[in-house]
Amino acid sequence: MSVKIALAGNPNCGKTTLFNALTGSNQFVGNWPGVTVEKKEGKLKGHKDVTIMDLPGIYSLSPYTLEEVVARNYLINERPDAIINIIDGTNIERNLYLSTQIMELGIPVIMAVNMMDLVEKNGDKVYIDKLSQKLGCEVVEISALKGTGIQKAAEKAVGLAQSGRKAEIVHAFNPKVEDVIANVAAKLGSDVAEEQKRFFAIKLLEKDDKIKEQMKSVPDVSVEIKQLEDEFDDDTESIITNERYVYISNIIGGCVAKNDKRTMSVSDKIDRVVTNRWLALPIFAVVMFIVYYVSITTVGGFLTDWTNDVLFGEIIPPAIQSGLDAIGCAAWLEGLILDGIVAGVGAVLGFVPQMLVLFIFLAFLESCGYMARVAFIMDRIFRKFGLSGKSFIPMLIGSGCGVPGIMASRTIENDRDRKMTIMTTTFVPCGAKLPIIAMIAGAFFGNSGWVATSAYFVGIAAIICSGIILKKTKIFAGDPAPFVMELPAYHWPTVGNVLRSMWERGWSFIKKAGTIILLSTIILWFLMSFGWEGGSFGMVEELNESILAKIGTAIAWIFAPLGWTQAGEGWKMAVAAVTGLIAKENVVATFGMLYGFAEVAEDGSEIWGNLAAAMTPIAAYGFLVFNLLCAPCFAAMGAIKREMNNTRWFFIAIGYQCLLAYVVALCIFQIGTLFTTGAFGVGTVVAFIMIVAFIYLLFRPYKESETLDVNLKKAV
Amino acid sequence: MKTLRDVAVGETVTAKKLNGEGPVKRRIMDMGITKGVQIYVRKVAPLGDPVEVTVRGYELSLRKADAEMIEVE
Repeated sequence: MSVKIALAGNPNCGKTTLFNALTGSNQFVGNWPGVTVEKKEGKLKGHKDVTIMDLPGIYSLSPYTLEEVVARNYLINERPDAIINIIDGTNIERNLYLSTQIMELGIPVIMAVNMMDLVEKNGDKVYIDKLSQKLGCEVVEISALKGTGIQKAAEKAVGLAQSGRKAEIVHAFNPKVEDVIANVAAKLGSDVAEEQKRFFAIKLLEKDDKIKEQMKSVPDVSVEIKQLEDEFDDDTESIITNERYVYISNIIGGCVAKNDKRTMSVSDKIDRVVTNRWLALPIFAVVMFIVYYVSITTVGGFLTDWTNDVLFGEIIPPAIQSGLDAIGCAAWLEGLILDGIVAGVGAVLGFVPQMLVLFIFLAFLESCGYMARVAFIMDRIFRKFGLSGKSFIPMLIGSGCGVPGIMASRTIENDRDRKMTIMTTTFVPCGAKLPIIAMIAGAFFGNSGWVATSAYFVGIAAIICSGIILKKTKIFAGDPAPFVMELPAYHWPTVGNVLRSMWERGWSFIKKAGTIILLSTIILWFLMSFGWEGGSFGMVEELNESILAKIGTAIAWIFAPLGWTQAGEGWKMAVAAVTGLIAKENVVATFGMLYGFAEVAEDGSEIWGNLAAAMTPIAAYGFLVFNLLCAPCFAAMGAIKREMNNTRWFFIAIGYQCLLAYVVALCIFQIGTLFTTGAFGVGTVVAFIMIVAFIYLLFRPYKESETLDVNLKKAV
Repeated sequence: MKTLRDVAVGETVTAKKLNGEGPVKRRIMDMGITKGVQIYVRKVAPLGDPVEVTVRGYELSLRKADAEMIEVE
């Protein structure tokens, strides 16, 4: 008989460690349909017919966060055969709050009290048998980290699932509350199973709208709600929450003995230094410097450069080329393989080493507990523009490379903050954009240092303004973002968990982002190397003859208001901007090809004269800003697609970036030209209208919505 | 009326009443701040907000704007 067991518990209770210990390498990691919440499933070691489902870490079964709704919909609809409820033994009181809710679902529950080694170390005592008796379910002691007791817990859960014994609810609230719950339960139709009636009755009393979607008939309970609210002078949701904690406080005394003479724990001591009023920011800066220095500048950068320039530059392509030459391969096929496929695969894999190094750091910072402190320290600054304190890390990493930067946004729990961070991270000039900056600075501004400096300010301004504008838009205003966050105790993570987290994230990039990167590279290769030469269609030698050049010519008018079309060479700017999608540094090389140079220096010094003749300095600066803000390279777009996990959101992100880039470049050119030459035209008027609209969007009042406006019907 | 926002670092207070409604209030209560619970204000973040409190034996951080919803004595 196949058995399904769900793991449920608070965040930071050791759930993932237990899941890894129970399933080993036998895991499948994906997403819950339609949402970015991670879904992990695995087979119990040594039991092929036992599936373990790792539910998202949650504090409650309230309807207000994605994780909670995903978890409870799964528990209600899929009805696993048993639930292992993991409890952090060092923090029993709050952990039991979720347990009281889980036990109302009418599914057999076994409680695993984790971190028992730590409990003993603190000199505390947890009386397992008393706990079991008070809660009406079996309780086992485990240490997920050391692997003790986990086999026993799993076996008990399997046994319980096979016996099909329903959980008995032994906890009770205030008699007056219990009466009302019983009245509501009696009103429920036969579509609600007997053992789930208490759960549904309580949810209806709590005025939980999401639960109604799960029910065929919804009885009217307004009388009961009114009765309770008058009696207790509070809203029903708070009354029930209160009753749960009152119940827990009543039983906890008999089940847990706290060590009175407790000295400061190691975690407290660390925290006293790390989030100290004066030391917190310097320590944060040092940690960030190390992360950046190792993963972007040195180790990660070196590995990625090696993969890009040596492995996919000097080793693999020549080897394949000589092989293809030897078998007399057709020129177009050789081009497809080398410049399309191999270059595409190289573009995907090139980022992987850097990313893996970064992911080790992120996994470490997350599991040791420092990441929560990062949010604590930086919250004040970032929440002003709709981002999380944790958004700092993606943006910092983004200044090296946007791809790992976007992937780093995974550490942000709040859905809205994460989406916003993904959309804005690539505004920070990454390493590949520096050659464009150098080219424009050299060709138009006499290598002035302010060009590069201003590029960073433009990026930061774009993030801040986007944050403020976006958080007021309809698509973002929907989700509430309460910042009421646990600061978990510091602990030393295991090597296994850190490596596993690194690999899961790296692999999901290769798998999910890889396809889109590879495909786009091949398509662009085709557009660049085919065209009409001498009247017939075929492979072309000159980029000027390619399909892409034709497309560039056809779309050049779009960029006329940005001032790129002087001397009739606007299409070159358009083509260069498009090839920048492969990798931003390509913009420079493409200009080289278009102006007839086989190869140019990294800053394109050979073509500075040509460029200076084609654009005014104002238009050139607009061109630079456009390339900084518009859609990033394919690799970064792949990462955005992966992290949004939703096609609509992917296009919203890319669309927003391109639109913003266009509007800003337009304003720079039009208003800059007005100031330098006094020319006033339709474009100038448009630019001023844009600026007024921009200021309106920036300063319009708004009210944060208090409902979770996400369609979760598809989820589960 | 004293709220959690006004409590100085190092003080211990008792929650008296929670104002407001909706997700933020529910979240605060879910995390264990309910009527009658002891709250120890542990520290303020380096930039002045949020605050860190100890409640039911663990560390919780919340913004001052949300702390204002909690009446204490």
